[in-house]
Amino acid sequence: MLIFKQESQFLDSIKRNKNKICKTDFILCFLIYNCFNIEYLLAFNVFLPTFILTIVIDFILNSSDQSVSVPPGMTLLDFVRYNKHLTGTKIGCREGDCGACTVLIGEIIEGELAYRSVTSCLTPMGNIHGKHVVTIEGINNETLNPIQESFCNNAATQCGFCTPGFVMSLNGFCLSNNSGTVEDAIASIDGNICRCTGYKSIEKASIEIAALKSTQNSESNVDFAIKNGIVPAYFSEIKSRLIEWNEKLISLNQDLGNAHHFVGGGTDLYVQKHDEMVDSEIDFVFDLSSHNHITIKHNACFIGSAITVSDLVNSETFNSIIPDIKKYAKLVSSTPIRNMATLAGNFANASPIGDFTIFFLALNAKLHLLKGDQKRVISLESFYKGYKTLDKSKDEVIETIEFEIPSQNAYFNFEKVSKRTHLDIASVNTAILLDLENECINHIRISVGGVGPIPQMLPKTMEFLKGKKVDNSTLMAGIDIAQTEISPISDVRGTEAYKRLLMAQLIKAHFIPFLESQNAVFAS
Amino acid sequence: MKNIDSFSHTRGESIYLDDIQVTQGTLYGVCYDAKIAHGIIKNLDLSEALKSKGVVRIFTAEDIPGENQIGGIIPDEPLMVDHHIHFSGMPIAFVVAESTELAHKAIKKIKIEVEELPVVVDPREAQKQGLLIVPPRTFSQGNTDEAWSKCAHIFENNVELNGQEHLYIETQGAYVCPTENGTLKVFSSTQGPTAVQRAISKVLGIPMHCIEVDVTRLGGGFGGKEDQANTWAALCALAAHILKKPVKYSLDRMEDLRMTGKRHPYSSDFKIGLGADFKIMAYEATFYQNAGAAADLSPAVLERTLFHCTNTYFVPNVKATAYSCKTNLPPNTAFRGFGGPQGVFVMECAITQAAEKLGIPAHVIQKANLIKDNEPFVYGQLAESEAEVCWNKAEETFESKKLILKVDDFNAKNTLFKKGISIMPICFGISFTKTLMNQARALVHVYSDGSVGISTGAVEMGQGVNTKIVQVAQSVFGIHPHRIKIFTTNTNRIANTSPSAASATADLNGKATQMACEAIKARLAGYASKQLNVDVSAIEFMDEKVLMNGTISELDWTSVVLGAFLDRIALSENAHYATPIIHFNPKIEKGHPFAYHVYGTAITEVTIDTTRGIYQVDSVKIVHDSGKSINPMIDKGQIEGALVQGMGWMTMEEISYDAKGKLKSNALSTYKVPDIYSAPSEIEVILNENDRNNLAIFRSKAVGEPPLLYGLGTYFAIRNAVKAFRPDVELVFDAPITPEKVLMALHG
Repeated sequence: MLIFKQESQFLDSIKRNKNKICKTDFILCFLIYNCFNIEYLLAFNVFLPTFILTIVIDFILNSSDQSVSVPPGMTLLDFVRYNKHLTGTKIGCREGDCGACTVLIGEIIEGELAYRSVTSCLTPMGNIHGKHVVTIEGINNETLNPIQESFCNNAATQCGFCTPGFVMSLNGFCLSNNSGTVEDAIASIDGNICRCTGYKSIEKASIEIAALKSTQNSESNVDFAIKNGIVPAYFSEIKSRLIEWNEKLISLNQDLGNAHHFVGGGTDLYVQKHDEMVDSEIDFVFDLSSHNHITIKHNACFIGSAITVSDLVNSETFNSIIPDIKKYAKLVSSTPIRNMATLAGNFANASPIGDFTIFFLALNAKLHLLKGDQKRVISLESFYKGYKTLDKSKDEVIETIEFEIPSQNAYFNFEKVSKRTHLDIASVNTAILLDLENECINHIRISVGGVGPIPQMLPKTMEFLKGKKVDNSTLMAGIDIAQTEISPISDVRGTEAYKRLLMAQLIKAHFIPFLESQNAVFAS
Repeated sequence: MKNIDSFSHTRGESIYLDDIQVTQGTLYGVCYDAKIAHGIIKNLDLSEALKSKGVVRIFTAEDIPGENQIGGIIPDEPLMVDHHIHFSGMPIAFVVAESTELAHKAIKKIKIEVEELPVVVDPREAQKQGLLIVPPRTFSQGNTDEAWSKCAHIFENNVELNGQEHLYIETQGAYVCPTENGTLKVFSSTQGPTAVQRAISKVLGIPMHCIEVDVTRLGGGFGGKEDQANTWAALCALAAHILKKPVKYSLDRMEDLRMTGKRHPYSSDFKIGLGADFKIMAYEATFYQNAGAAADLSPAVLERTLFHCTNTYFVPNVKATAYSCKTNLPPNTAFRGFGGPQGVFVMECAITQAAEKLGIPAHVIQKANLIKDNEPFVYGQLAESEAEVCWNKAEETFESKKLILKVDDFNAKNTLFKKGISIMPICFGISFTKTLMNQARALVHVYSDGSVGISTGAVEMGQGVNTKIVQVAQSVFGIHPHRIKIFTTNTNRIANTSPSAASATADLNGKATQMACEAIKARLAGYASKQLNVDVSAIEFMDEKVLMNGTISELDWTSVVLGAFLDRIALSENAHYATPIIHFNPKIEKGHPFAYHVYGTAITEVTIDTTRGIYQVDSVKIVHDSGKSINPMIDKGQIEGALVQGMGWMTMEEISYDAKGKLKSNALSTYKVPDIYSAPSEIEVILNENDRNNLAIFRSKAVGEPPLLYGLGTYFAIRNAVKAFRPDVELVFDAPITPEKVLMALHG
């Protein structure tokens, strides 16, 4: 259901969504539109004296088909718990920081059924249109599945409140493409917080599940999971059901740019404006097939704005450019959030501490912005005009991220320190792109976040270091210059003095491979 | 035996407060809380909010029919603000609407004018101004004044120790349904059903028997729901009582974080004197407890700080004074350890200070002073000590000397990374220090089909108490556990319960269960002896069978139960247990307050990244004094969980209030608890079993709180690693030791 404050918005939305409005809804809308007296509205059990438009969202919830008329901005968490009373999905924080509400989303990607874990608290209903939503109830068999069994046997559950989230994350691990390493199994639960066990029992259970996953042959993930009782048999029909659906499915968005909000993964917007989103008119850009490719053309890499961090990590193309992407991404948020969060969202939220903003600033990325048919290209560096202020009009959307592929011998590094190393917001983060020629710096870009109102570069430092040989004294002099380019403030992420020191240390850390033998720079 | 809840837990089928099917017509309440920490309300305008869609009524202090008072120990805490705001997050109004969302929308329309008053957030400042919750208390032994002159070494310093958010993953909440004749059924996520019942009774001015409090389980408590579940239950009860409609309030995380109290921050001073042999001859400490704006459980927490001020050491001359300081923070409350860890931490800091100044490892001093049998603690109780046993076993089993050499060697070879090691011996007294609270009841029904239902005052919150109670009944009756069901904790069945706290829940309720089961068994044995025509002493119950002089008889459990029922024998029993021996006289601060003590030793190894200031706990190896554990699986889970919780407190968990008393670490994005990557890479736990008699259930010692103290070892290990990088650095004692503090110490 969409709610409008103004008649023009309402008419506009009817036009844009005409294919999605089912007949009864349309009649209802029409009636409401034509009857401005409040009694009439109340007769339809509608309390708000506003214009209302219902949109139907089609998806499969566990084993059953759903066509529901709910606000597309409503969270999946509220829907499963309060509309469907599927209470195995728990509420812990509503900001993607605890994993108690983890569910799986299955969709057809390049002809194959693929599942990923997400936190349902940050997932708008609009993003599940045409997909398979799996809650803990949807994986329960009559007996415990191997993950549940492992948790019981290893005492990996105490109060039990976080447990369904862990079980779902590990289910996601079993249903995803990986070779069954312990590292990957643990990574799948890196977004789940448990306050009781101290994790060692959960780790033991995860090791058992990794061992099980490593037995998978050439069969599909779903077939493997069914064979081992990880998911019920009904999963075998999901692929064909989704394909059948997708053929007749109508996109929620007819055209972009007229709504109040663009929503990609929703991982920031739903943390910041959870209340407001339910009633907002939203353009969903997450599922736009035109926006979810990573391609290389003429020595440049193009990343669609719907690409998530997980897509990036799993992309062979991107790994060929930044081989350590998995290591860096591990420092950024958690698996379910990386499964949802888009790069474009990270840029557009304009946080001075956005990890991938800092990452791509060093790569000198450019943004392709789209407004209707109009396109323009600007550098990421010039995208930020002030604290949370962008060089972007409200109806412009990021279509593509472009960056020049660094040369073969270029050195790239990303550093981040936060109070908790994983799933935390940085105190300071920084990235570097460096080209050395005869031990001299030929080309350098250093970005840094958390030390000013915007994610920034260090132009004077870069200028100073350019052409110089990397050694202790040069680096220390460079850091002194960097200190003049930043303006950190004391806040919950650290004092000003700490942020200044940390930036200096992280710049040193960039140079560890070149300076490790010269211990002086790292001594106290 | 596995946790009896693990099947439904892993399937998401366990019921918590927010999972209860609501009745038709249920209304939803949300608190409108104070945005400033101290002030007087000049005007509260609810008119726009009342007109807001879906709002049914907005309650304020004026609507309370009974007393506007929920203070447990001291009646100093209003349920809702009556003009005077004492802390940011204090409930001012309770908005009841048709949905939680609509209540939130209405709250935004409330207008308020407040005259702000000066805010005190620092406990020492509060003490200076005479703002104390209770008069200060002093525990002493020997005579420190005389002892100083005999000491070879004397050291003094101060210690800052921050609080800790409980962060139970299930937030606080309550659901109250009016039942007939002015009674209420209260579902509450509480560790203290009777505390909730009492609070509602007072607020509504109705007798306790009109209020039925029912608790299935909690999604974690850790002390945070011992006293502080009362507020939400009382607010819902107020609304339900007046509106005659069911009312529910399940707090969202940010409400929970800003409105509830936490582990008490302490600011402390110490003075320690040692002999030339490193024996601690004298110890003085002054504790400034940051109690927050009302007493809550602070006086009891303060008392336990004093009980544990010498940790696991014998110190002949002690003087420890503690002030419970009233500040404008949310009232701080119980948290696993209950003030004990704050006392222990200061003692360990004192030893560390002495060791650093003397240039010796802290473990030399620690080991030389471990308490021995029959040596007195500062409160007069004589130790039955396992301190040296656990220490020596840890040293031997984990080869601590080799480990220390290995760490030294690593540090000699590396600059970018440094390792640190610490040994942390612990001691924790078991029993509520308020002697009267050490009582419990169990109601056991054996049904005519042989199934068993047990009610106790114990609240299951993940600690596995229900599993242990099943084990008790199973062992007495000699039957399969599947025959036994633990019912919800309910004040209609079990009255006047003590909260599930103080690590004593399994002991108290387990013993009561044991007594009730024994009484029923005696009657069944009497019946069986008549049927089998033998003396009752010949009858035993084992493996579902009735044994007669050790051989299987024709009777089994189900036939003897049915037969006894037909013979009109009582198959139900209500038993009452009160811990014997214990006593304490607060006038002289001496007595025998604890049923027994739990000891243990942890060896912690950490690695710090000297460039970035971040760290990893490599291993924690523990020898733990478990008595004769009836459930090693559950006990090890408690030990590991408590360790990591204590470690979190010492490292990344940083509560932050601004100078105006507003919580800055107000969400999970700003308050970080350990995740799977920050847990120690290795945890090894050895349960040190022994056959010494104790007052624990089946001699299986309590395990909830003591192992939290092992987490303190992380602080000292990180400190040692910093020292390895920068030996000359003057480090303050200030926990948690966040990456920020580490980096500043390394390079600042």
